[in-house]
Amino acid sequence: MAKLGIVASINQTGAGIRLPNFCNLGVMLRSLLIVNVLLAASAAIRAPSLDAIWFEFLVFAAFGEPVLIVSLVALCYARRWLHAMGYVGALAALAVFEMLVAWLLYEASGSLLFDRRPMSFAQVMFLVFFVTAVTLAYFDLRARALSPAIAEARIQALQARIRPHFLYNSINAVLSLIRSEPRRAERALEDLADLFRVLMADNRTLAPIASEVQLARQYLALESLRLGERLKVTWRTDTMPADALVPPLVLQPLVENAVYHGIEPSDAGGEIEIDIGLAGGQLVMELKNPFPGGGRHSAGNRMAIVNIRERLQLHFDVEASMRSEVKDGTYKVTIRIPYISKAA
Amino acid sequence: MLLASDVARILIADDEAPARARLRDLLDECRESFALAIVDEARNGREVLEVLNREKIDIVLLDIRMPEIDGMEAARHIAGMAEPPAIIFTTAFDSYAIKAFEVNAIDYLLKPIRVERLLLALGKTRAAPPISRQALDAASNLPRRHLSVHERGKIILVPVADVLYLRAELKYVTVRTAEREHLVEESLTHLEEEFAESFVRIHRNCLVARSAIAGFERNAEESESGWVVVIKGTGEKLPVSRRQHSVVKQFR
Repeated sequence: MAKLGIVASINQTGAGIRLPNFCNLGVMLRSLLIVNVLLAASAAIRAPSLDAIWFEFLVFAAFGEPVLIVSLVALCYARRWLHAMGYVGALAALAVFEMLVAWLLYEASGSLLFDRRPMSFAQVMFLVFFVTAVTLAYFDLRARALSPAIAEARIQALQARIRPHFLYNSINAVLSLIRSEPRRAERALEDLADLFRVLMADNRTLAPIASEVQLARQYLALESLRLGERLKVTWRTDTMPADALVPPLVLQPLVENAVYHGIEPSDAGGEIEIDIGLAGGQLVMELKNPFPGGGRHSAGNRMAIVNIRERLQLHFDVEASMRSEVKDGTYKVTIRIPYISKAA
Repeated sequence: MLLASDVARILIADDEAPARARLRDLLDECRESFALAIVDEARNGREVLEVLNREKIDIVLLDIRMPEIDGMEAARHIAGMAEPPAIIFTTAFDSYAIKAFEVNAIDYLLKPIRVERLLLALGKTRAAPPISRQALDAASNLPRRHLSVHERGKIILVPVADVLYLRAELKYVTVRTAEREHLVEESLTHLEEEFAESFVRIHRNCLVARSAIAGFERNAEESESGWVVVIKGTGEKLPVSRRQHSVVKQFR
Protein backbone atom coordinates (compact mmCIF):
# COMPACT_ATOMS: atom_id res chain seq x y z
CA MET A 1 0.00 0.00 0.00
CA ALA A 2 2.86 2.32 0.83
CA LYS A 3 4.18 3.31 -2.57
CA LEU A 4 0.76 3.78 -4.06
CA GLY A 5 0.02 6.94 -2.17
CA ILE A 6 2.91 8.67 -3.86
CA VAL A 7 1.58 7.67 -7.22
CA ALA A 8 -1.78 9.03 -6.13
CA SER A 9 -0.37 12.44 -5.47
CA ILE A 10 1.85 12.43 -8.53
CA ASN A 11 -1.10 11.31 -10.62
CA GLN A 12 -3.16 14.18 -9.43
CA THR A 13 -0.71 16.70 -10.79
CA GLY A 14 0.43 14.95 -13.98
CA ALA A 15 -1.11 13.76 -17.21
CA GLY A 16 -1.89 10.39 -15.67
CA ILE A 17 -4.68 11.98 -13.70
CA ARG A 18 -7.40 10.49 -15.90
CA LEU A 19 -6.48 6.93 -15.00
CA PRO A 20 -7.41 5.99 -11.47
CA ASN A 21 -4.83 4.64 -9.06
CA PHE A 22 -6.15 1.08 -8.79
CA CYS A 23 -4.21 0.43 -5.59
CA ASN A 24 -6.11 3.09 -3.68
CA LEU A 25 -8.74 1.63 -1.40
CA GLY A 26 -11.21 4.32 -2.43
CA VAL A 27 -10.81 3.44 -6.11
CA MET A 28 -11.23 -0.26 -5.31
CA LEU A 29 -14.40 0.34 -3.34
CA ARG A 30 -15.84 2.58 -6.02
CA SER A 31 -15.03 -0.01 -8.71
CA LEU A 32 -16.69 -2.74 -6.69
CA LEU A 33 -19.78 -0.61 -6.26
CA ILE A 34 -20.07 0.39 -9.93
CA VAL A 35 -19.53 -3.12 -11.25
CA ASN A 36 -22.01 -4.65 -8.84
CA VAL A 37 -24.63 -2.05 -9.59
CA LEU A 38 -24.22 -2.76 -13.32
CA LEU A 39 -24.39 -6.52 -12.70
CA ALA A 40 -27.54 -6.05 -10.66
CA ALA A 41 -29.06 -3.98 -13.44
CA SER A 42 -28.19 -6.62 -16.03
CA ALA A 43 -29.66 -9.29 -13.78
CA ALA A 44 -32.86 -7.30 -13.40
CA ILE A 45 -33.20 -7.00 -17.18
CA ARG A 46 -32.55 -10.69 -17.81
CA ALA A 47 -34.69 -12.07 -15.02
CA PRO A 48 -38.13 -13.31 -16.12
CA SER A 49 -39.73 -12.33 -12.80
CA LEU A 50 -38.98 -10.18 -9.76
CA ASP A 51 -38.15 -13.22 -7.60
CA ALA A 52 -35.61 -14.47 -10.12
CA ILE A 53 -33.49 -11.30 -10.02
CA TRP A 54 -31.54 -12.51 -7.00
CA PHE A 55 -30.63 -15.79 -8.68
CA GLU A 56 -29.63 -14.08 -11.89
CA PHE A 57 -27.49 -11.66 -9.91
CA LEU A 58 -25.71 -14.52 -8.15
CA VAL A 59 -24.90 -16.12 -11.49
CA PHE A 60 -23.54 -12.83 -12.77
CA ALA A 61 -21.64 -12.19 -9.57
CA ALA A 62 -20.08 -15.67 -9.56
CA PHE A 63 -18.54 -14.76 -12.87
CA GLY A 64 -18.15 -10.99 -12.47
CA GLU A 65 -16.56 -10.82 -9.00
CA PRO A 66 -13.50 -12.95 -9.86
CA VAL A 67 -12.95 -10.94 -13.04
CA LEU A 68 -13.11 -7.72 -11.06
CA ILE A 69 -10.81 -8.82 -8.27
CA VAL A 70 -8.23 -10.37 -10.58
CA SER A 71 -8.34 -7.17 -12.65
CA LEU A 72 -7.90 -4.83 -9.70
CA VAL A 73 -4.95 -6.75 -8.31
CA ALA A 74 -3.30 -7.00 -11.72
CA LEU A 75 -3.92 -3.34 -12.55
CA CYS A 76 -2.54 -2.27 -9.21
CA TYR A 77 0.74 -4.01 -10.04
CA ALA A 78 0.75 -2.93 -13.67
CA ARG A 79 -0.04 0.73 -13.06
CA ARG A 80 3.48 1.99 -13.92
CA TRP A 81 3.31 0.36 -17.36
CA LEU A 82 -0.17 1.71 -17.86
CA HIS A 83 0.91 5.23 -17.01
CA ALA A 84 3.87 4.90 -19.37
CA MET A 85 1.48 4.09 -22.24
CA GLY A 86 -0.47 7.33 -22.08
CA TYR A 87 -4.21 7.52 -21.66
CA VAL A 88 -5.39 6.12 -25.00
CA GLY A 89 -2.80 3.35 -25.03
CA ALA A 90 -3.70 2.45 -21.47
CA LEU A 91 -7.39 2.31 -22.36
CA ALA A 92 -6.73 -0.06 -25.24
CA ALA A 93 -4.49 -2.23 -23.08
CA LEU A 94 -7.12 -2.28 -20.36
CA ALA A 95 -9.85 -3.33 -22.77
CA VAL A 96 -7.72 -6.15 -24.20
CA PHE A 97 -6.68 -7.24 -20.72
CA GLU A 98 -10.24 -7.33 -19.40
CA MET A 99 -11.40 -9.40 -22.41
CA LEU A 100 -8.52 -11.76 -21.82
CA VAL A 101 -9.37 -12.25 -18.15
CA ALA A 102 -13.02 -12.69 -19.04
CA TRP A 103 -12.20 -15.22 -21.74
CA LEU A 104 -10.00 -17.25 -19.38
CA LEU A 105 -12.66 -17.27 -16.69
CA TYR A 106 -15.36 -18.02 -19.22
CA GLU A 107 -13.44 -21.09 -20.36
CA ALA A 108 -12.70 -22.10 -16.79
CA SER A 109 -16.27 -21.64 -15.65
CA GLY A 110 -17.48 -23.69 -18.57
CA SER A 111 -15.55 -26.71 -17.43
CA LEU A 112 -15.73 -26.22 -13.66
CA LEU A 113 -18.62 -24.20 -12.35
CA PHE A 114 -21.68 -24.43 -14.49
CA ASP A 115 -23.42 -27.24 -16.25
CA ARG A 116 -24.94 -24.68 -18.55
CA ARG A 117 -23.51 -21.30 -19.45
CA PRO A 118 -25.88 -18.43 -18.75
CA MET A 119 -24.77 -16.38 -21.72
CA SER A 120 -23.04 -16.73 -25.00
CA PHE A 121 -19.38 -15.77 -25.31
CA ALA A 122 -20.27 -12.68 -27.37
CA GLN A 123 -22.71 -11.48 -24.70
CA VAL A 124 -20.12 -11.93 -21.96
CA MET A 125 -17.54 -10.02 -23.99
CA PHE A 126 -19.98 -7.20 -24.59
CA LEU A 127 -20.89 -7.03 -20.90
CA VAL A 128 -17.22 -6.99 -19.81
CA PHE A 129 -16.37 -4.34 -22.36
CA PHE A 130 -19.36 -2.22 -21.37
CA VAL A 131 -18.71 -2.43 -17.62
CA THR A 132 -15.02 -1.62 -18.10
CA ALA A 133 -15.85 1.40 -20.24
CA VAL A 134 -18.44 2.75 -17.78
CA THR A 135 -16.07 2.34 -14.83
CA LEU A 136 -13.19 4.09 -16.59
CA ALA A 137 -15.47 6.86 -17.82
CA TYR A 138 -16.62 7.38 -14.24
CA PHE A 139 -13.06 7.73 -12.97
CA ASP A 140 -12.17 10.06 -15.82
CA LEU A 141 -15.15 12.29 -15.00
CA ARG A 142 -14.35 12.18 -11.30
CA ALA A 143 -10.76 13.19 -11.93
CA ARG A 144 -11.89 16.08 -14.11
CA ALA A 145 -14.36 17.20 -11.47
CA LEU A 146 -11.70 17.07 -8.79
CA SER A 147 -8.71 18.44 -10.67
CA PRO A 148 -9.63 22.10 -10.21
CA ALA A 149 -9.99 21.25 -6.55
CA ILE A 150 -6.45 19.90 -6.55
CA ALA A 151 -5.09 23.05 -8.13
CA GLU A 152 -7.11 24.97 -5.62
CA ALA A 153 -5.84 22.91 -2.73
CA ARG A 154 -2.62 24.85 -2.94
CA ILE A 155 -4.35 28.20 -2.83
CA GLN A 156 -6.64 26.99 -0.08
CA ALA A 157 -3.65 25.86 1.90
CA LEU A 158 -2.39 29.40 1.63
CA GLN A 159 -5.62 31.15 2.35
CA ALA A 160 -6.69 29.14 5.32
CA ARG A 161 -3.26 29.35 6.86
CA ILE A 162 -1.61 31.80 9.15
CA ARG A 163 -4.10 34.18 10.60
CA PRO A 164 -3.28 37.79 9.80
CA HIS A 165 -3.68 38.22 13.54
CA PHE A 166 -0.55 36.10 14.01
CA LEU A 167 1.45 37.90 11.33
CA TYR A 168 0.85 41.39 12.69
CA ASN A 169 1.27 40.39 16.31
CA SER A 170 4.56 38.68 15.45
CA ILE A 171 5.86 41.70 13.56
CA ASN A 172 4.83 43.79 16.53
CA ALA A 173 6.72 41.49 18.87
CA VAL A 174 9.82 41.63 16.68
CA LEU A 175 9.63 45.44 16.61
CA SER A 176 9.60 45.48 20.40
CA LEU A 177 12.77 43.37 20.48
CA ILE A 178 14.84 45.31 17.96
CA ARG A 179 16.08 47.91 20.46
CA SER A 180 16.51 45.71 23.51
CA GLU A 181 17.40 42.26 22.12
CA PRO A 182 18.54 42.56 18.52
CA ARG A 183 19.76 38.92 18.42
CA ARG A 184 16.37 37.55 19.37
CA ALA A 185 14.74 39.86 16.86
CA GLU A 186 17.00 38.45 14.13
CA ARG A 187 16.14 34.87 15.06
CA ALA A 188 12.43 35.69 15.04
CA LEU A 189 12.60 37.30 11.61
CA GLU A 190 14.44 34.24 10.27
CA ASP A 191 11.71 31.99 11.63
CA LEU A 192 9.07 34.21 10.10
CA ALA A 193 10.85 34.10 6.73
CA ASP A 194 11.04 30.28 6.83
CA LEU A 195 7.39 30.05 7.71
CA PHE A 196 6.38 32.18 4.79
CA ARG A 197 8.73 30.36 2.42
CA VAL A 198 6.69 27.21 3.05
CA LEU A 199 3.42 29.09 2.81
CA MET A 200 4.34 30.54 -0.55
CA ALA A 201 5.71 27.26 -1.92
CA ASP A 202 3.92 24.91 -4.28
CA ASN A 203 2.14 22.74 -1.76
CA ARG A 204 0.59 20.17 -4.05
CA THR A 205 3.06 17.37 -3.53
CA LEU A 206 3.59 15.51 -0.29
CA ALA A 207 6.33 16.60 2.10
CA PRO A 208 8.29 14.67 4.75
CA ILE A 209 6.80 14.85 8.25
CA ALA A 210 10.17 15.98 9.62
CA SER A 211 9.94 19.28 7.76
CA GLU A 212 6.34 19.72 8.93
CA VAL A 213 7.52 19.27 12.51
CA GLN A 214 10.34 21.77 11.93
CA LEU A 215 7.84 24.28 10.58
CA ALA A 216 5.52 23.84 13.55
CA ARG A 217 8.47 24.31 15.91
CA GLN A 218 9.46 27.57 14.24
CA TYR A 219 5.88 28.72 14.43
CA LEU A 220 5.73 27.89 18.13
CA ALA A 221 9.02 29.71 18.73
CA LEU A 222 7.41 32.86 17.33
CA GLU A 223 4.30 32.37 19.41
CA SER A 224 6.26 31.88 22.60
CA LEU A 225 7.96 35.18 21.87
CA ARG A 226 4.56 36.83 22.23
CA LEU A 227 2.99 34.62 24.85
CA GLY A 228 6.02 33.93 27.04
CA GLU A 229 5.40 31.45 29.82
CA ARG A 230 1.73 31.11 29.01
CA LEU A 231 2.65 28.74 26.17
CA LYS A 232 4.01 25.32 27.08
CA VAL A 233 4.62 22.66 24.44
CA THR A 234 5.40 18.96 24.81
CA TRP A 235 6.55 17.00 21.77
CA ARG A 236 6.57 13.20 21.69
CA THR A 237 8.07 12.08 18.39
CA ASP A 238 10.23 9.08 19.43
CA THR A 239 8.52 6.64 17.09
CA MET A 240 7.97 9.15 14.32
CA PRO A 241 9.35 7.96 10.95
CA ALA A 242 11.05 11.15 9.78
CA ASP A 243 10.65 10.18 6.12
CA ALA A 244 6.89 9.67 6.23
CA LEU A 245 5.16 11.79 3.59
CA VAL A 246 2.23 14.00 4.50
CA PRO A 247 0.32 16.81 2.79
CA PRO A 248 2.20 20.07 3.43
CA LEU A 249 0.80 22.36 6.12
CA VAL A 250 -1.10 19.59 7.84
CA LEU A 251 0.42 20.17 11.28
CA GLN A 252 1.08 23.91 11.54
CA PRO A 253 -2.56 24.96 11.12
CA LEU A 254 -3.58 22.59 13.90
CA VAL A 255 -0.88 23.98 16.17
CA GLU A 256 -2.00 27.49 15.30
CA ASN A 257 -5.58 26.58 16.19
CA ALA A 258 -4.39 25.15 19.49
CA VAL A 259 -2.59 28.39 20.37
CA TYR A 260 -5.47 30.59 19.24
CA HIS A 261 -8.26 28.70 20.96
CA GLY A 262 -6.47 26.88 23.75
CA ILE A 263 -3.76 29.21 25.02
CA GLU A 264 -4.53 32.81 24.11
CA PRO A 265 -7.98 33.01 25.74
CA SER A 266 -6.55 31.91 29.08
CA ASP A 267 -4.74 34.15 31.51
CA ALA A 268 -2.60 31.34 32.89
CA GLY A 269 -1.99 29.78 29.48
CA GLY A 270 -1.67 26.03 29.11
CA GLU A 271 0.08 23.12 27.51
CA ILE A 272 -0.07 21.83 23.95
CA GLU A 273 0.83 18.16 23.56
CA ILE A 274 1.84 16.76 20.19
CA ASP A 275 2.32 13.03 19.65
CA ILE A 276 3.48 11.68 16.32
CA GLY A 277 4.22 8.01 15.74
CA LEU A 278 3.56 4.83 13.83
CA ALA A 279 0.66 2.56 14.70
CA GLY A 280 -0.40 -0.40 12.61
CA GLY A 281 1.35 0.80 9.47
CA GLN A 282 -0.25 4.21 9.78
CA LEU A 283 1.24 7.55 10.66
CA VAL A 284 -0.76 8.87 13.61
CA MET A 285 -0.62 12.53 14.63
CA GLU A 286 -2.35 13.52 17.81
CA LEU A 287 -2.61 17.03 19.15
CA LYS A 288 -4.12 18.06 22.49
CA ASN A 289 -4.77 21.49 23.94
CA PRO A 290 -6.82 22.92 26.78
CA PHE A 291 -10.33 23.94 25.77
CA PRO A 292 -11.32 26.88 27.95
CA GLY A 293 -14.84 26.73 26.53
CA GLY A 294 -17.19 29.64 26.27
CA GLY A 295 -16.51 29.52 22.55
CA ARG A 296 -15.58 33.20 22.54
CA HIS A 297 -13.42 32.97 19.46
CA SER A 298 -15.11 30.08 17.74
CA ALA A 299 -15.90 31.94 14.52
CA GLY A 300 -13.82 30.67 11.64
CA ASN A 301 -12.01 28.02 13.63
CA ARG A 302 -13.58 25.25 11.57
CA MET A 303 -11.88 26.62 8.46
CA ALA A 304 -8.53 24.98 9.13
CA ILE A 305 -10.14 21.67 10.06
CA VAL A 306 -12.31 21.61 6.94
CA ASN A 307 -9.36 22.58 4.78
CA ILE A 308 -7.10 19.85 6.14
CA ARG A 309 -9.86 17.25 5.87
CA GLU A 310 -10.40 18.17 2.21
CA ARG A 311 -6.73 17.94 1.40
CA LEU A 312 -6.39 14.60 3.18
CA GLN A 313 -9.26 13.31 1.09
CA LEU A 314 -7.73 14.61 -2.13
CA HIS A 315 -4.43 12.91 -1.42
CA PHE A 316 -5.55 9.68 0.24
CA ASP A 317 -9.29 9.30 -0.37
CA VAL A 318 -10.75 7.03 2.31
CA GLU A 319 -7.38 5.82 3.57
CA ALA A 320 -6.79 8.88 5.76
CA SER A 321 -8.96 10.03 8.62
CA MET A 322 -9.23 13.01 10.90
CA ARG A 323 -11.16 13.10 14.16
CA SER A 324 -11.60 15.77 16.77
CA GLU A 325 -13.25 15.63 20.15
CA VAL A 326 -13.65 17.66 23.31
CA LYS A 327 -13.35 15.72 26.52
CA ASP A 328 -12.83 16.92 30.10
CA GLY A 329 -11.86 20.40 29.01
CA THR A 330 -9.32 19.13 26.49
CA TYR A 331 -9.58 19.41 22.73
CA LYS A 332 -8.01 16.52 20.88
CA VAL A 333 -7.52 16.06 17.16
CA THR A 334 -6.17 12.84 15.63
CA ILE A 335 -5.04 12.35 12.04
CA ARG A 336 -4.28 8.96 10.54
CA ILE A 337 -2.45 8.74 7.24
CA PRO A 338 -1.10 5.65 5.47
CA TYR A 339 2.63 5.46 6.07
CA ILE A 340 4.39 6.14 2.81
CA SER A 341 7.93 7.25 2.16
CA LYS A 342 10.04 8.12 -0.85
CA ALA A 343 12.26 5.11 -0.29
CA ALA A 344 9.42 2.61 -0.48
CA MET B 1 -11.47 65.83 29.62
CA LEU B 2 -7.79 66.67 29.69
CA LEU B 3 -6.51 70.19 29.54
CA ALA B 4 -3.60 70.91 27.22
CA SER B 5 -1.31 71.63 30.16
CA ASP B 6 -2.11 68.44 32.12
CA VAL B 7 0.21 65.48 32.21
CA ALA B 8 -1.82 62.61 30.77
CA ARG B 9 -1.81 59.59 33.08
CA ILE B 10 -1.71 56.50 30.87
CA LEU B 11 -2.54 52.84 31.42
CA ILE B 12 -1.19 50.26 28.93
CA ALA B 13 -3.36 47.15 28.55
CA ASP B 14 -2.16 44.18 26.48
CA ASP B 15 -1.75 40.50 27.32
CA GLU B 16 1.53 40.22 25.39
CA ALA B 17 4.67 41.46 27.10
CA PRO B 18 6.44 42.47 23.85
CA ALA B 19 3.40 44.50 22.80
CA ARG B 20 3.46 46.37 26.12
CA ALA B 21 7.20 46.97 25.77
CA ARG B 22 6.70 48.35 22.29
CA LEU B 23 4.01 50.76 23.50
CA ARG B 24 6.30 51.94 26.30
CA ASP B 25 9.02 52.68 23.74
CA LEU B 26 6.58 54.54 21.52
CA LEU B 27 5.11 56.54 24.41
CA ASP B 28 8.62 57.55 25.44
CA GLU B 29 9.08 58.99 21.98
CA CYS B 30 5.84 60.94 22.34
CA ARG B 31 6.91 62.61 25.56
CA GLU B 32 8.57 65.55 23.81
CA SER B 33 5.37 66.74 22.21
CA PHE B 34 2.81 65.28 24.60
CA ALA B 35 3.10 65.45 28.38
CA LEU B 36 2.43 61.96 29.70
CA ALA B 37 3.14 59.55 32.51
CA ILE B 38 2.87 55.77 32.21
CA VAL B 39 1.07 54.91 35.42
CA ASP B 40 0.62 51.17 35.13
CA GLU B 41 0.20 48.15 32.88
CA ALA B 42 -2.55 45.54 32.72
CA ARG B 43 -2.61 42.09 31.12
CA ASN B 44 -6.37 41.67 30.82
CA GLY B 45 -9.64 43.51 31.24
CA ARG B 46 -9.98 42.61 34.88
CA GLU B 47 -6.60 44.16 35.69
CA VAL B 48 -7.59 47.28 33.75
CA LEU B 49 -10.61 47.77 35.99
CA GLU B 50 -8.55 47.05 39.10
CA VAL B 51 -6.07 49.76 38.14
CA LEU B 52 -8.92 52.18 37.42
CA ASN B 53 -10.34 51.49 40.89
CA ARG B 54 -6.96 52.34 42.37
CA GLU B 55 -5.49 55.11 40.24
CA LYS B 56 -6.66 58.16 38.41
CA ILE B 57 -6.16 57.37 34.73
CA ASP B 58 -6.72 59.72 31.80
CA ILE B 59 -6.02 57.45 28.84
CA VAL B 60 -6.22 53.66 28.47
CA LEU B 61 -4.40 52.06 25.55
CA LEU B 62 -6.62 49.02 25.30
CA ASP B 63 -5.88 45.85 23.32
CA ILE B 64 -9.08 44.23 22.07
CA ARG B 65 -8.15 40.57 22.25
CA MET B 66 -7.18 39.72 25.83
CA PRO B 67 -7.94 36.66 27.96
CA GLU B 68 -10.77 36.46 30.53
CA ILE B 69 -12.24 39.95 30.06
CA ASP B 70 -11.37 41.30 26.63
CA GLY B 71 -10.83 44.92 25.68
CA MET B 72 -14.30 45.33 24.26
CA GLU B 73 -16.01 44.25 27.47
CA ALA B 74 -13.62 46.27 29.64
CA ALA B 75 -14.44 49.35 27.57
CA ARG B 76 -18.17 48.82 28.11
CA HIS B 77 -17.64 48.70 31.86
CA ILE B 78 -15.39 51.76 31.73
CA ALA B 79 -18.01 53.71 29.78
CA GLY B 80 -20.36 53.40 32.77
CA MET B 81 -17.97 55.35 35.03
CA ALA B 82 -18.88 58.85 36.14
CA GLU B 83 -15.61 60.24 34.76
CA PRO B 84 -14.34 57.62 32.36
CA PRO B 85 -10.80 57.81 30.97
CA ALA B 86 -10.35 58.17 27.22
CA ILE B 87 -9.94 54.80 25.47
CA ILE B 88 -7.62 54.20 22.55
CA PHE B 89 -8.22 50.71 21.16
CA THR B 90 -5.30 48.77 19.73
CA THR B 91 -5.54 45.62 17.62
CA ALA B 92 -3.31 43.57 15.36
CA PHE B 93 -6.10 42.23 13.24
CA ASP B 94 -9.70 41.69 14.07
CA SER B 95 -11.85 42.08 10.99
CA TYR B 96 -15.07 42.12 13.00
CA ALA B 97 -13.96 44.77 15.48
CA ILE B 98 -12.44 46.96 12.79
CA LYS B 99 -15.63 46.94 10.75
CA ALA B 100 -17.69 47.65 13.86
CA PHE B 101 -15.41 50.53 14.86
CA GLU B 102 -15.67 52.09 11.41
CA VAL B 103 -19.46 51.86 11.50
CA ASN B 104 -19.67 53.37 14.98
CA ALA B 105 -16.96 56.00 14.44
CA ILE B 106 -14.69 54.61 17.14
CA ASP B 107 -11.00 55.37 16.69
CA TYR B 108 -8.46 52.55 16.91
CA LEU B 109 -4.77 51.89 16.28
CA LEU B 110 -3.51 49.01 14.16
CA LYS B 111 -0.50 47.10 15.43
CA PRO B 112 2.31 47.52 14.65
CA ILE B 113 1.59 51.08 15.71
CA ARG B 114 3.44 54.04 14.22
CA VAL B 115 4.53 56.77 16.58
CA GLU B 116 2.90 59.49 14.40
CA ARG B 117 -0.42 57.68 14.55
CA LEU B 118 -0.14 57.22 18.31
CA LEU B 119 0.64 60.89 18.82
CA LEU B 120 -2.38 61.84 16.75
CA ALA B 121 -4.65 59.58 18.80
CA LEU B 122 -3.24 60.95 22.07
CA GLY B 123 -3.88 64.49 20.83
CA LYS B 124 -7.50 63.66 20.00
CA THR B 125 -8.20 62.67 23.59
CA ARG B 126 -7.71 66.32 24.58
CA ALA B 127 -10.63 67.41 22.48
CA ALA B 128 -12.98 64.53 21.84
CA PRO B 129 -15.65 63.33 24.28
CA PRO B 130 -15.25 59.77 25.57
CA ILE B 131 -16.64 56.97 23.43
CA SER B 132 -20.31 56.52 24.26
CA ARG B 133 -21.68 53.39 25.83
CA GLN B 134 -24.18 53.10 22.95
CA ALA B 135 -21.42 53.07 20.34
CA LEU B 136 -19.50 50.42 22.27
CA ASP B 137 -22.59 48.25 22.72
CA ALA B 138 -23.36 48.54 19.03
CA ALA B 139 -19.79 47.57 18.11
CA SER B 140 -19.82 44.44 20.29
CA ASN B 141 -20.91 41.12 18.90
CA LEU B 142 -20.66 39.17 22.13
CA PRO B 143 -22.61 39.52 25.35
CA ARG B 144 -20.58 40.73 28.32
CA ARG B 145 -19.46 38.14 30.84
CA HIS B 146 -20.01 40.56 33.71
CA LEU B 147 -22.32 43.34 34.74
CA SER B 148 -20.61 46.34 36.28
CA VAL B 149 -21.88 47.98 39.42
CA HIS B 150 -20.54 51.48 39.98
CA GLU B 151 -20.33 52.28 43.66
CA ARG B 152 -18.56 55.37 44.96
CA GLY B 153 -16.42 55.69 41.86
CA LYS B 154 -15.37 52.02 41.97
CA ILE B 155 -16.31 49.31 39.49
CA ILE B 156 -17.54 46.03 40.94
CA LEU B 157 -17.95 43.15 38.51
CA VAL B 158 -20.81 40.69 38.88
CA PRO B 159 -20.35 37.57 36.71
CA VAL B 160 -23.43 37.14 34.52
CA ALA B 161 -23.26 33.41 35.28
CA ASP B 162 -23.99 34.20 38.97
CA VAL B 163 -27.07 36.28 38.27
CA LEU B 164 -30.41 34.66 39.20
CA TYR B 165 -32.69 37.35 37.86
CA LEU B 166 -32.82 41.00 36.77
CA ARG B 167 -35.71 43.18 37.87
CA ALA B 168 -36.42 46.70 36.65
CA GLU B 169 -37.12 49.29 39.31
CA LEU B 170 -37.66 52.88 38.21
CA LYS B 171 -34.41 53.94 36.52
CA TYR B 172 -32.34 51.06 37.89
CA VAL B 173 -32.20 47.33 37.41
CA THR B 174 -31.78 45.12 40.44
CA VAL B 175 -29.27 42.33 39.85
CA ARG B 176 -29.97 39.39 42.13
CA THR B 177 -27.26 36.83 42.86
CA ALA B 178 -27.38 34.04 45.44
CA GLU B 179 -25.51 36.27 47.91
CA ARG B 180 -26.90 39.77 47.45
CA GLU B 181 -28.54 42.40 45.31
CA HIS B 182 -26.84 45.09 43.22
CA LEU B 183 -28.18 48.09 41.35
CA VAL B 184 -27.06 48.77 37.79
CA GLU B 185 -27.98 51.64 35.53
CA GLU B 186 -29.09 49.71 32.47
CA SER B 187 -32.26 49.22 30.50
CA LEU B 188 -34.00 45.88 30.87
CA THR B 189 -34.79 45.86 27.15
CA HIS B 190 -31.10 46.15 26.27
CA LEU B 191 -30.19 43.48 28.78
CA GLU B 192 -32.85 41.19 27.30
CA GLU B 193 -31.36 41.64 23.82
CA GLU B 194 -27.79 41.16 24.97
CA PHE B 195 -28.45 38.05 27.08
CA ALA B 196 -31.24 36.50 25.02
CA GLU B 197 -29.46 33.15 25.14
CA SER B 198 -29.19 32.85 28.89
CA PHE B 199 -32.15 34.89 30.20
CA VAL B 200 -35.88 34.72 29.59
CA ARG B 201 -38.50 37.40 30.20
CA ILE B 202 -41.25 36.34 32.58
CA HIS B 203 -42.76 39.74 33.28
CA ARG B 204 -42.68 43.30 31.95
CA ASN B 205 -40.14 44.12 34.65
CA CYS B 206 -38.27 40.85 35.06
CA LEU B 207 -35.72 38.62 33.28
CA VAL B 208 -34.82 35.27 34.83
CA ALA B 209 -31.66 33.26 34.12
CA ARG B 210 -32.70 30.05 32.42
CA SER B 211 -30.30 28.12 34.64
CA ALA B 212 -31.88 29.63 37.79
CA ILE B 213 -35.38 28.30 37.14
CA ALA B 214 -36.14 25.50 39.60
CA GLY B 215 -39.70 25.12 38.38
CA PHE B 216 -43.15 26.67 38.14
CA GLU B 217 -45.97 26.73 40.67
CA ARG B 218 -49.60 27.61 40.41
CA ASN B 219 -50.36 30.72 42.43
CA ALA B 220 -53.44 32.64 41.36
CA GLU B 221 -53.15 35.29 44.10
CA GLU B 222 -49.69 36.62 43.30
CA SER B 223 -49.73 36.23 39.56
CA GLU B 224 -52.09 37.38 36.85
CA SER B 225 -51.25 34.34 34.70
CA GLY B 226 -51.73 32.00 37.66
CA TRP B 227 -48.10 30.90 37.59
CA VAL B 228 -44.95 31.84 39.51
CA VAL B 229 -41.33 30.93 38.77
CA VAL B 230 -39.47 29.29 41.64
CA ILE B 231 -35.82 30.39 41.80
CA LYS B 232 -33.13 27.80 42.48
CA GLY B 233 -31.30 28.16 45.76
CA THR B 234 -33.19 31.12 47.20
CA GLY B 235 -36.65 29.63 46.67
CA GLU B 236 -38.02 33.07 45.75
CA LYS B 237 -41.24 33.10 43.74
CA LEU B 238 -41.61 35.57 40.89
CA PRO B 239 -44.90 36.15 39.10
CA VAL B 240 -45.26 35.32 35.43
CA SER B 241 -47.32 37.87 33.50
CA ARG B 242 -50.18 36.85 31.26
CA ARG B 243 -48.25 37.99 28.18
CA GLN B 244 -45.28 35.80 29.06
CA HIS B 245 -47.43 32.78 29.88
CA SER B 246 -45.90 30.84 26.97
CA VAL B 247 -42.63 30.66 28.96
CA VAL B 248 -44.27 28.22 31.35
CA LYS B 249 -45.09 25.84 28.53
CA GLN B 250 -41.66 26.23 27.03
CA PHE B 251 -40.03 24.93 30.21
CA ARG B 252 -42.53 22.25 31.18
